[in-house]
Amino acid sequence: MKKLEEKIFKFLMISSTVLILSILLYILYVIMKKGLPSLSWDMISKIPSGGFYLGKEGGILNAIMGSLYLIFFSVVISLMVSVPVVMYLNFTLRRRSKLAAFARLTFDVLFGIPSIVYGAFGFTVMIYFGLQASLLGGIIAISLLIIPVMIRSIDEVAILIPNDLVEATKSLGATNYETIKVITRQLLPGISTAVLLSIGRGIGDAATVLFTAGYTDSIPTSLTQPTASLPLAIFFQLSSPVEEVQNRAYAAALVLTIIILTLSFAARYFSRRLSKNKI
Amino acid sequence: MELMTAPLIEERPIPKAKSSSGCLKPHIEVENLNLYIQNNHILKNINLAIPDKSITCIIGPSGCGKTTLLRTFNRLHDDSVDVKITGKLFVDCEDIYAKDAEVTHIRKKMGLLAQRPCSLPMSIIDNVVYGPRLHGVRGKRKLYAIARHQLTAVGLWEEVKDRLKSPASKLSIGQQQRLCLARGLAVEPEIILGDEATSALDPISSKTIEELFLSIKDKYTIVLVTHTLRQAKRIADYVAFMYMGELIEFGTADQLFNHPKHKLTREYISGGFS
Repeated sequence: MKKLEEKIFKFLMISSTVLILSILLYILYVIMKKGLPSLSWDMISKIPSGGFYLGKEGGILNAIMGSLYLIFFSVVISLMVSVPVVMYLNFTLRRRSKLAAFARLTFDVLFGIPSIVYGAFGFTVMIYFGLQASLLGGIIAISLLIIPVMIRSIDEVAILIPNDLVEATKSLGATNYETIKVITRQLLPGISTAVLLSIGRGIGDAATVLFTAGYTDSIPTSLTQPTASLPLAIFFQLSSPVEEVQNRAYAAALVLTIIILTLSFAARYFSRRLSKNKI
Repeated sequence: MELMTAPLIEERPIPKAKSSSGCLKPHIEVENLNLYIQNNHILKNINLAIPDKSITCIIGPSGCGKTTLLRTFNRLHDDSVDVKITGKLFVDCEDIYAKDAEVTHIRKKMGLLAQRPCSLPMSIIDNVVYGPRLHGVRGKRKLYAIARHQLTAVGLWEEVKDRLKSPASKLSIGQQQRLCLARGLAVEPEIILGDEATSALDPISSKTIEELFLSIKDKYTIVLVTHTLRQAKRIADYVAFMYMGELIEFGTADQLFNHPKHKLTREYISGGFS
């Protein structure tokens, strides 16, 4: 009987792992199969020319650059907000204080809010300030979306930092600021994981940028201009009746996947280098 | 009797005569110290004078307040909101809980050795020179000299001299504790506080640390909290016995271990309770 139980559980574990892996591989396979033939140098080096959406010349450089701009500035802004928040939650407040618990609960809730809600919220804010759909609007909306992700994932690591480290630093005569610098070193691998997660969530999200960043065929040159993004490029092309344009959507999806994979590997590499000195 | 040579004495008026203990001139003097955590009275009216250039061990059963007392010496309770401290604590005749006392200056005077060694997330050499750097020492050669000097003092130089740049976390726990001691010594403290500094170490490493304490006690005032009576017997010059937040007895090691005055002390050192 015991043996049968063991066997059933082993089967369950193996089969679900295999199932998930094969689904993921199948997704990659579909994107590659449909996207690779349409993927060309023109595709990633040119902006759409007239008639692009009917299957003519051009590429999606506008969306690639738009997405990179959006995610880069959002990540920078979110980092500037998240790191101080985590420091405050963990090292100024007592770890088990009510305010910290309340803040964590709030971040968890924010984490779970669907991105379209952030998009809609960003949209109302923009209307309030009389802004139009723009790079700035997109950056703000994506920042709102990824700040909870970032805070929670840095917090997960910060909570594990031994109080001994804080005391060891302070007993050498370090001020609060200097202590925080040492803690940040210890946190670096956690921070890089957080950045990675946020990039993954932010760059692939269509709903947040739909109202806030808009869509355009050119590469934005200022914060107040609207900007294209890869998820929306995929969406618009996929809804076209022209088959060639539909296939380009898969190529765009492939580009997005490649960007995310590249960033992941880079983050892993740096994270490993940074954690060299971790205690 | 040796007079204190700390520069502070010359600069500041001595707030009160210091001869309560009748032994050497006290380096740390605790006066009517009370400590409350939330509403629990943890330290009860402690009066204690710790002489300089000697090893003082604080002994007592678990939960008696030894560590809490030790942590008041370098104001490590500062960040805990629900800790309230009353009374006075003089280090070099300076009341460290006075309003104008500067905490980093006080902490610089004391090296703390925690129960488990806690190396900083950086290389071995950076660990040692972290303190001096904080306090404004610059120049590669100078810092290297400090690192070499302190690592030699704790007997670690030969073991690590070829891998000064490698992460401190790669060292064994005993080596890390010696590294932490070197790091503490590098800020040129007058006092070394040890909070059960050998309890996480293997017997050989803890013996090394004990021997280190003995070899540097002519330069530093060492205060150790210890769980092991045998350790206190081996290395202590003075012993303070605490029980339930009170200081029961304080005296030279010989007095306290061989002729304890108090009944509780007698029971504790004969193993009546722990």
